[in-house]
Amino acid sequence: MSMLTISGSPHVHTDDSVQKIMTGVMISLIPAALVSFYFFGLPAIILTLVSILSCVAVEYLIQRFIMKEKPSVTDGSAALTGLLLAFNVPSNLPIWMIVIGAMVSIGIAKMSFGGLGKNPFNPALVGRVFMLISFPVQMTSWPKPTELSMSLSDAITGPTPLGLVSEGLKKGESMDSLMNQLPDYINLAMGNMGGSIGEVSALALLLGGLYLLYKKIITWHIPVAFIGSALVFAGIMHLVNPDHYMDPLFHLITGGLMLGALYMATDMVTSPMSVIGMLLFGVGCGVITILIRLFGAYPEGVSFAILIMNAVVPLLNKAFKPGRFGVVKK
Amino acid sequence: MDLIIVYAMVAMAGLGITAAVVLYFVAQKFKVIEDPRIDQVAEFLAGANCGGCGYAGCRNFAEAVVQKGSLEGMNCPPGGAEVMAKVAAVLGLEAQVSEPQIAVVRCNGGKIHSPQKVNYDGAQSCASAATLFAGEGGCKNGCLGHGDCVTSCPFDAIHMDETTGLPVVHDECVACGACVKACPRNIIELRKRGPKDRRIFVSCVNTEKGAVSKKNCEVACIGCGKCVKICPFEAITLQNNIAYIDDTKCRLCRKCVAECPTGAIHELNFPVKAKSAEATEAVEN
Amino acid sequence: MRLKTFKIGGVHPPENKITAQEAIKSFPVPSTARVMLHQNLGVASVPIVNKGDEVKVGQVIARQEGFISSFIHAPVSGIVTKIEECVDASGYRKPAIFIEAKGDEWLEGIDTTATLVSEIKATKEEIIRKVTEMGIVGLGGATFPSQVKLMVPEGQKIEYVIINGVECEPYLTSDHRLMLERPHEIMIGIQLLMKATGASKALVGVEANKLDAIELLTNVAREYPGVEVHALKVKYPQGGEKQLIKALTQREVPSGKLPLSVGCVVNNVGTAFAVYEAVQKNKPLIERVVTITGKGLKTPGNFLARIGTSIADLLSYCGYNADHEAKIISGGPMMGKAVTTSDIPMVKGTSGILVLEEGVERVAIEPCIRCGRCTRVCPMGLEPYLLAMASSKKMYDITESHAIMDCIECGSCQYICPAGRPLLDYVRLGKSETGKIMRSRK
Repeated sequence: MSMLTISGSPHVHTDDSVQKIMTGVMISLIPAALVSFYFFGLPAIILTLVSILSCVAVEYLIQRFIMKEKPSVTDGSAALTGLLLAFNVPSNLPIWMIVIGAMVSIGIAKMSFGGLGKNPFNPALVGRVFMLISFPVQMTSWPKPTELSMSLSDAITGPTPLGLVSEGLKKGESMDSLMNQLPDYINLAMGNMGGSIGEVSALALLLGGLYLLYKKIITWHIPVAFIGSALVFAGIMHLVNPDHYMDPLFHLITGGLMLGALYMATDMVTSPMSVIGMLLFGVGCGVITILIRLFGAYPEGVSFAILIMNAVVPLLNKAFKPGRFGVVKK
Repeated sequence: MDLIIVYAMVAMAGLGITAAVVLYFVAQKFKVIEDPRIDQVAEFLAGANCGGCGYAGCRNFAEAVVQKGSLEGMNCPPGGAEVMAKVAAVLGLEAQVSEPQIAVVRCNGGKIHSPQKVNYDGAQSCASAATLFAGEGGCKNGCLGHGDCVTSCPFDAIHMDETTGLPVVHDECVACGACVKACPRNIIELRKRGPKDRRIFVSCVNTEKGAVSKKNCEVACIGCGKCVKICPFEAITLQNNIAYIDDTKCRLCRKCVAECPTGAIHELNFPVKAKSAEATEAVEN
Repeated sequence: MRLKTFKIGGVHPPENKITAQEAIKSFPVPSTARVMLHQNLGVASVPIVNKGDEVKVGQVIARQEGFISSFIHAPVSGIVTKIEECVDASGYRKPAIFIEAKGDEWLEGIDTTATLVSEIKATKEEIIRKVTEMGIVGLGGATFPSQVKLMVPEGQKIEYVIINGVECEPYLTSDHRLMLERPHEIMIGIQLLMKATGASKALVGVEANKLDAIELLTNVAREYPGVEVHALKVKYPQGGEKQLIKALTQREVPSGKLPLSVGCVVNNVGTAFAVYEAVQKNKPLIERVVTITGKGLKTPGNFLARIGTSIADLLSYCGYNADHEAKIISGGPMMGKAVTTSDIPMVKGTSGILVLEEGVERVAIEPCIRCGRCTRVCPMGLEPYLLAMASSKKMYDITESHAIMDCIECGSCQYICPAGRPLLDYVRLGKSETGKIMRSRK
């Protein structure tokens, strides 16, 4: 006769798991990955693989030998960080740099706080910003997109659309002449532009984002608040001075706004817990992104905006609690 | 030298001096007058803030003892007699010598003597398990083995023995009482360490009738009372089907240990008796 | 058609209502009935019989002790063999009256026929008296002594009697079958409850996975003025009384208060049926419908069984295989209690016995990834991740200020947590300690 088992209720559990969530996010990034590998070729593929492997290896080594606990790399979180880290850098980045990026992302931004669930800042973004500041040249040289290049030799580099327009405006060129130098919006939306591996194809990222919403891995609040507030702010500025400020659609399909809003800002560990908190977080990210893009020294502001808002998350969690049942709000 | 460097140096020096002067006067104005003895007492205390004295941290104890002006009811378990003597000296009092104590786990069932009848798969918390059932072995007063006591110890002096499923108290124990409070079954008790660390206690707290308790655990106290009768110093009482040895009366003669039919009475740190089967079973922990 | 529901939170565990088509069968009278002395929320009852006494079915064998307490009646006729402790669903040994059954002789005055007694002759006071004397307790699982709920304090007006036919727990179908097979008795019971509380309207809530019961009850309700039947969206925990009141009346019971404060009294359909039997048939609570279910059982079903029947007997009748690794749960899988042995007696609150053979071992625990799912599914709008963390670190000022006492222990948070964290286990501990601290202040 078999022994009975006893434990506290509930005695059933959903099929969901941390691993399923991480895997789900990685699956949703497949369209963006395919587009990028098409435009940036073998270097992009290798960089992505190295990034994933480095992140997993760093986490394993730190957990096993420094923290002396059972390595938890099978939950997929380190692999996902690796994938996102690679998606945030140009495809011609030297391999050794992404390894350092992985060490910073996992070692400093994640493990030093205690591991999964304990970090206040998005690890992939911390790694990216570290590399941007330490290796500014290599982190801002963007290969021009070609079709399916399998060669590893140096690709021709050029500025990103955002970079082109903001630098041009500073030099005094007109908005129209700058826009004419770029491919049409359909091409830009599909990904035919310079940029980091993951950010180029707004359409592919949107597809992935819809998958995430369908699978209920993320909720709509942060992406809609982030993108919405960015578009509104950019739209107002564009109306004020169309020659000096790009139109909102341009902001949406170029740069890292899509990638940031759908994948980086929605990172569960570093985003608020309540719905109101999430909306405010998204708005903060959107506003700061456009502020940096239009008035800051950098052409792109998504990474910094998200990291700044990450710091505000504990306050948001404290100030904005979910609506309680049976409590009347005065 | 560039004039600007001179300006900078003068400005910084000026700022520094101003700040120092302002801070000095502010410190004097808002100084908290405290009995200097509090600092002196706090100096001698262990500093672990374990709460064993019953106060909220060492500083709180120092304030309380100076305010009281007496050592009545005040004791620092980790510091022990040595520290209390120093504290007494600061206050100009005689130190009272109190018997050193140690935590004693009064259960010997565990996995070996109280075989598993049900499999527990809930949260690793004794408090949680106690709300759900009597225990994997069936004894309603027995140790649940999930280590709430281990988690609560600030001195790392108690650990779970994986084979027996019972906690083991080590010599580092300073009798702060944290594990006593943590155990939901009140199994752990603070008892006198005893001369040469020798002590005798009934390792069972089950209040069910003998027939019931023996069914669940082979080393349970069945409340037969033989120990009560054999004790020459009337140190043992029987209440609620359980025997209890009063450590102020016990003279460590060990007659009860041999008399107990289930081996529920334990003797610790005595020289091993050559033949007696019960004694070999009793020398554990 | 947009179904009514509660707004905040909720989860959708698989329904598994495998016994929904099984008609209620009468289970044979047990040879020995073990009648637990504590079968209600509140204080345990005190036995008034002794070893050797002869008893008849329906005879009082234990009396009330204090206000929140109930009478207990003999479920079988025979001889009291002993009053001793036995293991029950709590996992501990508790006192019970053991009766060796002889025949099936009922106490005089109890109407044992199947005739429907529609005419309500009892006054409001008589109804409450009968509910007390017949030992009626809430049969939804909470086992709150029903007379206490019906004793509406002076000055309080009850607008609605809310009838809980939701049965939101997976697997359980005893309420469903009762609604299908005894709709008129339930309706008369509802009318008795309305009279006792002074309410002019009754709202019956049934989840939309019981369309046959909704249709039948809606038709039958036409004959009973003031009674409305409503279909509710299938979402756990719709059967929680606060969620039910919200769905049916849009009123939210304020934190820390009772349904009374929004003019409602909530009762389970089974309780309404028991009230009918108590007042119209003079029959005490000595048997109830219980669902014996589980995918590993050969012939699961719904049974009308006497209190004190051994669960082991019910399980073996349904083809239970004791060699399978399993959890036996008294109640449903979300809030039910896992038992240590199948040899426990049935009590008034046993609505179902579930033999769970899948997911017996819990999933591995991982660190909290702060996904917020627990917060989104909590029907009371609490933050389970925070309450569980504060409880485990014994930070009871935080648990109190974050309303841990509002928790209805539905288990939605622990169900949905992807990291498999034992949230409810810690919240329960925190609730218990915080409650103690709050009470000690008074």
